[in-house]
Amino acid sequence: MNNIFAVAGIVIKELYRRKDFYVLFILTIVICVIMASVNIFNDNQIIRYLKELCLLLIWVSSLVIAITTTARQIPAEREQRTLLPLLAKPLSRTQLIFGKFLGCWLACGLVLVCFYAFFGALAASREHTWPLLNYFQAAFLHWVMLGVVIAMTLLGSLVFAAPSSNSTICFVVVAGIMCIGRYLDAIALSRPEPIRSIVWTIYYAIPHLEIPFGMRNLIVHDWPLIGWNFVALDALYLLAYVAAFLVAACLVFRRKAVN
Amino acid sequence: MHSAKTFWLLLIALLVFCFGLAANLQPRFQSLENSRRQSSNFFSLLLGDSSRIFANSSFVEADAYYHSGYYPTIFDNNEAFRTPHMAEDTGAFASHNQGEETSFMGPPRDWIDAFGRHFIPNRHTHLDEGGPTDDLSTSGTVREILPWLKLSAELDPENIKTYVVTAFWLRTKLNKVPEAEQVLREGLRHNPDDPQLLFELGRIYFENYHDSARARNIWVAALRSWVRQAPGIPQSVRLEKNNENFDNRFIFEQLQTSLAQLEEKAGNQDAAIARWELAKLASPTPDDIQKHIDELKQKPAAPPPSASGPAQ
Repeated sequence: MNNIFAVAGIVIKELYRRKDFYVLFILTIVICVIMASVNIFNDNQIIRYLKELCLLLIWVSSLVIAITTTARQIPAEREQRTLLPLLAKPLSRTQLIFGKFLGCWLACGLVLVCFYAFFGALAASREHTWPLLNYFQAAFLHWVMLGVVIAMTLLGSLVFAAPSSNSTICFVVVAGIMCIGRYLDAIALSRPEPIRSIVWTIYYAIPHLEIPFGMRNLIVHDWPLIGWNFVALDALYLLAYVAAFLVAACLVFRRKAVN
Repeated sequence: MHSAKTFWLLLIALLVFCFGLAANLQPRFQSLENSRRQSSNFFSLLLGDSSRIFANSSFVEADAYYHSGYYPTIFDNNEAFRTPHMAEDTGAFASHNQGEETSFMGPPRDWIDAFGRHFIPNRHTHLDEGGPTDDLSTSGTVREILPWLKLSAELDPENIKTYVVTAFWLRTKLNKVPEAEQVLREGLRHNPDDPQLLFELGRIYFENYHDSARARNIWVAALRSWVRQAPGIPQSVRLEKNNENFDNRFIFEQLQTSLAQLEEKAGNQDAAIARWELAKLASPTPDDIQKHIDELKQKPAAPPPSASGPAQ
């Protein structure tokens, strides 16, 4: 376990040395502040468009950070020839995968804390309320969902040749799931066989990342809290995919030549 | 070797060519400059006609905000959302909606769909009725639709609906009557003499400023403009009951009804009856109007209130 945490610690340090997060965070703040300065019929209580924009930027930024950070982890170790010395230490391949995953996931958690703190401050500046539990639910499921994306990207970094191709494929898959994942069953119903069966299979096989993504609307429009049992069930559902991707990554990495 | 004469001739030829080119291009640049001046709108300059598509999306987004996010996508049944509810609720637009608005999602298709519905807005609400909290004291949150309406008006200044809807919510729920009037006047600058904009402007004068004389003038001007919209076509043809005339009949009835109510309030019973008779021609419920006319005819004429203006 210590080995896993040691690897994770290095990944977290790498994130705060790089400029990705700072650039995206400042960009989010600047865009939101500019949009907040727009005068809409002399009414300074209008906030929902700002909340929606801010949450969208948070989602995009977090996905960019999660995918790009994860995609370069193992290829970078290989390119810098540090992978063999790492594995020569008492560190198994499985520990390396779990360490990399944990590091990226925790780093994304820290990123989300900063982003949601800004979001909360922005919303409170006009609404004068702090629905902290709602924000916690949204941020927590967002974080668990990023776990799926990180595990998937980690697996992709072992399968695809270059980090760029892996990142692009992961972005397309995640965006596709978020946009039409919820409607694949409806699309399947209107298709003839065998397309229907194929689409149904995809629908049941993919991780439904759009579920936490849809929560943005609840936050933006001040809907009441979701039942905690549903939040827990969704977290378990997503963690099952995290486990599946990590096991697959370990199996692939075990058979992969590292030199 | 080229002689100096050849160079001079070449220079003159180039000068003549430049002069000809300038003479040819000048009128084209002039017309381009004029068209730029006409289209002072940044978005229409940048996006061209496609700005209307974005304007429509923005208008629909405003309606989605009006429903606090409970809104059909292209994959859902949107029969009950053809006319945006925020526009329908203004009373200035005819409804083309059919079906049940509360259950456009239908029953859950599978367990993932059923589970996912806990994480999205899943109840039909309107912001002016309290939104998801059902708290009527928070009806002012209808202000949240305004940024999208403003953007829609910027993108497509010729869309009447945007101005009417914006002005209605500004004056009724947010008590921003001067801003509402400003919105309508902005709309009239882009769409001179539009009957719907004039109708809404008349409502501001009648309901908010309590200036019956001015409201009457504006509504009468709206009726004149309504007639001018289809020159040569008789009123009876425009009021025929078919789908094409649906909006025509609706605005005519709204104008005549408003004028009739105004005349009633002013104590001009004969003028009011005449207006009700005209409203009856376009109304989907002429029997009810006839009943009201009969009641008016039986009433003794009341003396007109001193504040109201004369009938025109």
